[in-house]
Amino acid sequence: MTNPGWKTFLRTVLGRAYPRFIGVWREKSWLFFDVFLPLLQVSAYVYIYRAIGAPLEFSGFAVLGGAMIAYWMNVLWSMASQLYWEKETGNLQLYLIAPTSRMAILLGMALGGLTATTVRAAGVILVGTLLFRVPLQVADGALFFGVFLLTLISLYGLGMLLSSVFLLWGREAWHLSQLFMEPVYLFSGFYFPVRALGFWVAAVASLIPITLGLDAMRQLLYPQLMEKFRFLSVEVELGILAFLAVLFLFLSREGLRFFEDLARREGRLTLRGQ
Amino acid sequence: MRRLFEAWHGFKAGTWLGWQIESNWTEPFLFAIYSVIKPVAGVLILVFMYLLVAKGGLENPLFPQAFLGTTFYLYVVNVLSGISWTVIDDREHYGMLKYVYMAPMHLYGYLLGRGMAKTAVATISVLITLAFGLAFLKVRLSLVNPGLFTAALILGLAALAFYGILLAGVSLLIARHGWVVGDVVAGGLYLLCGTAFPLSLLPLPFRALGLWLPPTYWFEALRRTLLGQGLHAELSPFSDSTLLLILAGATFLGMALSLWIFRVAERIAVRRGLLDMQTMY
Repeated sequence: MTNPGWKTFLRTVLGRAYPRFIGVWREKSWLFFDVFLPLLQVSAYVYIYRAIGAPLEFSGFAVLGGAMIAYWMNVLWSMASQLYWEKETGNLQLYLIAPTSRMAILLGMALGGLTATTVRAAGVILVGTLLFRVPLQVADGALFFGVFLLTLISLYGLGMLLSSVFLLWGREAWHLSQLFMEPVYLFSGFYFPVRALGFWVAAVASLIPITLGLDAMRQLLYPQLMEKFRFLSVEVELGILAFLAVLFLFLSREGLRFFEDLARREGRLTLRGQ
Repeated sequence: MRRLFEAWHGFKAGTWLGWQIESNWTEPFLFAIYSVIKPVAGVLILVFMYLLVAKGGLENPLFPQAFLGTTFYLYVVNVLSGISWTVIDDREHYGMLKYVYMAPMHLYGYLLGRGMAKTAVATISVLITLAFGLAFLKVRLSLVNPGLFTAALILGLAALAFYGILLAGVSLLIARHGWVVGDVVAGGLYLLCGTAFPLSLLPLPFRALGLWLPPTYWFEALRRTLLGQGLHAELSPFSDSTLLLILAGATFLGMALSLWIFRVAERIAVRRGLLDMQTMY
């Protein structure tokens, strides 16, 4: 189904986003664990920074990184791996025979996931800031919001692209998602400024939009400290993020078409538990 | 005698199956890369935090202590939370827990076997990380007391497996939070056991809680045997043999609790028909 009409497209987006959004409120204890679990890790990193006598702003890096991890985890497990889960639970074929656009399904997943994860990330920021008395002051709120929004658009674009790639995989999908955790925390600088890895490593890591987003947000939150540690200027990072957003959305559309066709020809769309 | 025999059968089958699941999902080359990158990346986060901020960078006296704690913590993630995850994976992903239960073997022994496979995978990661630390991070390790090290390592691993089965028992009964149990416990242990920082930094109630948790003593014993000194001032009055005694007590307590709680949980799960529950995690 390539051209379902904009009404069906919109209804699909909303229909797929709905369970994700409503799911947050249906089982309220999940919300507690979604905030509590990243906070455990954030707290550990805050105490490591305290143990080595780091300025308070570094605890802020850890809290902000912990909040952004919520988005990365959502992209990894609820976007990239989603079509793999659907295949395992027998839902994928229902998606494929539905008279609608696959892009609309992916967009709905992204929209619902993004909204639900924002609640969790806000919880981590709020509790982390209060608990560790981390200074969070934004000089230019509009710019900060712009960076944040572009980071999320390009990040979920990447998630949509990955979900089409994961369509081909079986058990590898699970392990590769695992592989994209700690190494990405490292290379994207979730807990320390990415500049510490060196310019070229940071440049390659910028393919994951959170790398640039985190660096820019840290510059806007802690301008003095980040003068020493910034990777690129906020304006340049904003431009690259906008480019990545367009690129990933385009690639995800093409990728979905290509990988679905490949998976169909190789008979992998209904293969379970392999 | 028959139960022991069934438990042994379960252990063997669980170990074999666990190793297949953990290792044959890809080519050996990709598996080797996966085994290296994941644990080393975790340690490198710590490395860059020290390089950026700590006085003396990696020469800071706290670094080897944090490195060792973080490295052996890989066992906690793999074994303790891994075993509890096994229940969810077998029950819901592969849909085979009911068949395991029907087979002429003991479920407890089977889970212990799955834990054995996870221990093997974690051992590969730990050895790679230790080698990386020795070769590139100039961490100086020396086996100060081989006897104490061996005893502490075995007791600690056994304790992790027993407490993992206890969590697996809990996971058998819960529908909506099964996926979170292992992660919460593992995350809590990283924080409360002072895995990478001194316990004295934690607020008093959390510090007190940390002193009740077996991995605190395990990490401390490993630090003393591999680095020659421990990290936590609270544990400095304890001699090496006292630490080992506490660890042994915690391990036997874990064994008794896991046997009891798992048996009760298994009975309830059978009665309520939870062995083939699908929660669409």
